[in-house]
Amino acid sequence: MSTPAPALALRDVSKRFGAVQALDRSSITVRAGTVHALLGENGAGKSTLMRIAFGLARPDDGEIQVRGTRCAFASAADAGAAGLGMVHQHFMLVPALTVAENVALGGRGRFAAAAVAERIRAIGEETGLRLEPDAEAGTLPVSAQQRLEIVKALARGASVLILDEPTAVLAPTEARELLAWVRRWATGERAAVLITHHLDEALAVADDVTVLRRGVTVLARPVAAVPRQAIIGGMLGEGELHAGAAPLVHLEEPARGAPLVPPGAAAPAGRRPVLSIHEASVVDARGVVRLAGATCEIAGGEIVGVAAIEGSGQAELLRLLSGRLAPTSGTVSIPDEVAFVPADRQRDALVLDFTLVENMALRGAGAARGRVPWKAMANETALALEQFDIRGAGRQAPARSLSGGNQQKFVLARELSGAPAALVAENPTRGLDIRATADVLARVRAARSAGLAVVVYSEDLDEVLALADRVLVVHQGRVRAMAPDREAVGRAMLGAQ
Amino acid sequence: MSRVRSSPLVAAMGIAASTLLLLVVMLAAGGFDVGAALSALVSGAAGSPTAFLSGTLVRATPLLLTGLAVTVAFQAGVLNIGAEGQLLAGAAVATAVGLGVPAGLLTVLLALAAGASAGAAWAAIAAVLRQRFGVLEVISTIMLNFVAQLTVAWLVRGPLQEPSHIYPQSEALPMVARLPALVPGTRLHWGFALGVAAAFAASFVMRRTAAGFRLRVVGANPFAAAVAGRINATRVAFGAFVVSGALAGLAGATEVGGVTFALYETLSPGYGYSAIAVALLARLDARLVILSAVLFGGLEAGAVAMQRDAGVPSVVVNVVEATLILMVLAASRLDALMGSVDDTTLAPEAGPPTRDRPR
Repeated sequence: MSTPAPALALRDVSKRFGAVQALDRSSITVRAGTVHALLGENGAGKSTLMRIAFGLARPDDGEIQVRGTRCAFASAADAGAAGLGMVHQHFMLVPALTVAENVALGGRGRFAAAAVAERIRAIGEETGLRLEPDAEAGTLPVSAQQRLEIVKALARGASVLILDEPTAVLAPTEARELLAWVRRWATGERAAVLITHHLDEALAVADDVTVLRRGVTVLARPVAAVPRQAIIGGMLGEGELHAGAAPLVHLEEPARGAPLVPPGAAAPAGRRPVLSIHEASVVDARGVVRLAGATCEIAGGEIVGVAAIEGSGQAELLRLLSGRLAPTSGTVSIPDEVAFVPADRQRDALVLDFTLVENMALRGAGAARGRVPWKAMANETALALEQFDIRGAGRQAPARSLSGGNQQKFVLARELSGAPAALVAENPTRGLDIRATADVLARVRAARSAGLAVVVYSEDLDEVLALADRVLVVHQGRVRAMAPDREAVGRAMLGAQ
Repeated sequence: MSRVRSSPLVAAMGIAASTLLLLVVMLAAGGFDVGAALSALVSGAAGSPTAFLSGTLVRATPLLLTGLAVTVAFQAGVLNIGAEGQLLAGAAVATAVGLGVPAGLLTVLLALAAGASAGAAWAAIAAVLRQRFGVLEVISTIMLNFVAQLTVAWLVRGPLQEPSHIYPQSEALPMVARLPALVPGTRLHWGFALGVAAAFAASFVMRRTAAGFRLRVVGANPFAAAVAGRINATRVAFGAFVVSGALAGLAGATEVGGVTFALYETLSPGYGYSAIAVALLARLDARLVILSAVLFGGLEAGAVAMQRDAGVPSVVVNVVEATLILMVLAASRLDALMGSVDDTTLAPEAGPPTRDRPR
């Protein structure tokens, strides 16, 4: 079969950072008219490979071809000129500028607002990515900011789009819409690369898949020609796949019996609630009602899953239950100490520049008196590192030096180190690779077995359903208890009856 | 994980060497006799016990206390640029108390306490503005510096003016309101010992106690402080602000009680501004503030001698001081870029350079 030149090809690319061989002769070939999934665990080299493709890093060795022409990019601008566009996981927008100004930024010559606005409208017409050119970027919802990032690339004539974890910031419905858009867009001369570690997502839309493991391309095939197990095996390594059943926790059918009691807002009959809130409302500083008259009880030894579309009031619910927020009205009855794993661990759970011992001392720091027992803290930290199998860092290492997965495990370890009666976790597996995800979920289940009252929210509905004994659905500030039934929960999240 | 870190000693020596080089270049460019100027600088700062004790350490004292004030505030993420105003408030109130209360053994202690309280109260104005109305303390404290400066100018021409109403200064403090000499026969007073004790106390509190840990956490990441530590970040920052003001106020009180013995409008040649440099040079480490205050005290004392003996304008030393700070900031930035994460984040907007001083 004679094939036209691929839209983008990287061959035998190597890259070394200090002592780490990030890429070792890895390759990827993106055919025109396809969506290409680039899969791999955290640290497998996915982002590095694409940063090289986009001119943000120089390869030590290997070559880049765009439509059959060999290229050497000195900068992202060069890559842009060659028809590549990249949407980063963390958006590169100037929040105070308008949509049109953001699109024009980095261009040459005069800024003609009307012409840019016209271009944005034309792209909207052509691709369906509609944006108001005069809107201020910072005021847009996240999904629109992402559209803006894509439009920026398209306005510069990108015909190959590289999307780095594009769905990480989106609600499930938004994610589906985005993926459907990518699928529709990548036709003819165009192509898209999805960097992801969400297997299902990738397989749903991709034509081809490339799997990296430790900087090496271990698999590159059309999706239709490769069984799912082989992809998982490629990501994890064959031996490891068969050694343990744990890695696929949230993809498996949850091993769970029928609910003990008919699901409701109350704790299971006969068990005393550990956490309970009654008619609690939260009104934010701008007077917006975030949570309206929420009532629920959670008993020891159960996992209550919270399902919601981002921004429905679930963040406030979790903070009420963990004592991190006082209700505007209503009552909250919780123990003095509730373990809390916030979604943004780097901002809310850790002081990145402090050592692990200091981060351990953070728990209960608000109420501590007298001297800090540093020796005891050091011992506690050592124990936590050992029990939670956090390797590669000493007690005196700064929290920044841990990988994302180890940071999350450390946060869990710290929060559980005080033997609390309850655990509240918000998006505990966000951004983690399969192995770290499995670890964290196993710890959450272990907390239930140890008799803790556990509340878990996840953006990933399947993860909530796989874990939860009962589900609380939050929609527009109202809380409803339900059985973990995918269909019903999904409808309730969207507000359908 | 391996981390690249330049050793603090190597960095300090590099900075010292380049400072000296810069000084030499400036002197040569100005057509001065480099050798004579440098020897005047050194002998003025440390040429004799008297030069060191009565010159360098006396000048280091207010720099030490205000340097600690800045350190405490910056560690808590409070950008208090108002040590100068808090120092003046402390000096004014300490003078009033020293002159006003009946003479007794406690007069000097009362004056010191009053000075510290006045500095705290002056800082509290900015702290309340920040807490209640979100007013940036960088702006409010600078503004309050001018208010304090002008208030002192009014005081020494009004309520606190000396009885003959000729000079813009207060009456001289009675002996009971003065700080005794630390080393008999020199101008070095007990304020220096107080400053050293305060530095060790601040260092202990910061490293060992729960309150000091809270302060550092709030400065390093107020979000994690609130969520993970359940720390009332607003209250901690307020407390740090007020303690910072108290230390600066104490500097004013010791300056009046130990050096000038009266209130003048030109009491401080900008100690509260140099304090920012002193604190940053010490990398916000309370114990290192002692060393950096002595270094700055020495440079100032040496500058006076250089002007007197070699005819070099003392502002040359101000330029050197400012350059020193820029180099320290650049070095810590470089350190951070090279992967070291242990140094405290220094706010790049951390205040104006040492200003041109009236002498």
